[in-house]
Amino acid sequence: MIYNSGKIYTGLAIFVLFITFPIWYNHFDASGADQLKKELQKPTVSKECVAPAAEMKASHMKLLNQWRDEVLRDGDREFNVPVEGKMYQKSLQKTCMKCHTSKKKFCDVCHEYASVTPYCWDCHLAPVE
Amino acid sequence: MDKNRRNFLKVAGISTLAGLGAPAIVDRVISGKAGADVFASGGNGGHHEAEAPTHNEPAHKEEKSGTRYGLVIDTRKFHANPELGEKCVHACNQMHNIPQFPEGSKNEIKWIWLTNYENAFPEHSQQFRDKYTEDNKVLVTCNHCENPPCVRACPTKATYKSKDGITMMDFHRCIGCRFCMAACPYGARSFNWLEPKTVLPNPTNPDYPRRMRGVVEKCNFCSDRLVLGEQPACVAATGNSGAMIFGNLNDPNSEIRKVLKENFTIQRKPSLGTNPSVFYIV
Repeated sequence: MIYNSGKIYTGLAIFVLFITFPIWYNHFDASGADQLKKELQKPTVSKECVAPAAEMKASHMKLLNQWRDEVLRDGDREFNVPVEGKMYQKSLQKTCMKCHTSKKKFCDVCHEYASVTPYCWDCHLAPVE
Repeated sequence: MDKNRRNFLKVAGISTLAGLGAPAIVDRVISGKAGADVFASGGNGGHHEAEAPTHNEPAHKEEKSGTRYGLVIDTRKFHANPELGEKCVHACNQMHNIPQFPEGSKNEIKWIWLTNYENAFPEHSQQFRDKYTEDNKVLVTCNHCENPPCVRACPTKATYKSKDGITMMDFHRCIGCRFCMAACPYGARSFNWLEPKTVLPNPTNPDYPRRMRGVVEKCNFCSDRLVLGEQPACVAATGNSGAMIFGNLNDPNSEIRKVLKENFTIQRKPSLGTNPSVFYIV
């Protein structure tokens, strides 16, 4: 039997709720993700990307790193899967950003939400907006 | 078994001797065998050297396969047309978004630039120089050496030799240690001491990246233009003047090889054995 068990259990409950605040707050507040979908500007030039949307969402960063290594190390610049019947260069500036013409309304939307700061733009040029 | 100090010392002593002596004996046996080999093949002592060619070998009898891009700079044509050199430098600067820092400062970024003859060719005789080389500057750039010292010095393989014979830079991987700058005998590499964005807020070529602070950069023979079948920006800037000839040095039928065959050319600092891919008609 614990002395003052009522106060202790209440205190513990409050404490647990407090430290898990970020988890349940985000869980019940799904409006953030909905907001992202609204803000995201989809390209009008082409309907198809170099890979399915789900794959691009999950691993576009891996694909970009792979492209970088293939272009620089192997001198292999041509993208090997045709998109809508056309071959593209493996290039962030010359290919990706020609469709996704706004960095602010595409890249930054999710990156800011997820609080990631990729260093691509330290050197690579975002399209002029 | 009786273990006393005397017996222990005997065993230990013999073991030590055997341990020390064995490598010497093994070496002797092996070298004796190798010696016999050389003897058997008619004393062909240069056999191993022939397998691993030395770098400054002047007589390459057999043609190498693959691509090795090279450049011939005809300084006579640049003498005849003094603006042409500046035009090449400008074309390169525009193409690669090169920030313009004050000339001569340590911040200066140079991919291709004009320098005095005596600085470009310090190994060549400077006595009683002719008017042309005294009055005119020479266009210099990365030599894309066949045996590049910068590549050996780079600890992260940020600079490397591409399969086209171009000494490439991977800016993503450069850690800014500047070993390559110390290794390069031609001063062809520049370090970004300052953030290039501050000097170049509006890049001139939207299809090419800038660099960031703490990265080394240099000429890359416009490798991104080459894959599209275009000439490097500097060569394109010379137009039809024939002042610069770009091509594959390993192809005996290429234009550059024809020019090299017909003209006397020099390389920069040939005694270092780097085998530059940039040749000069003086």
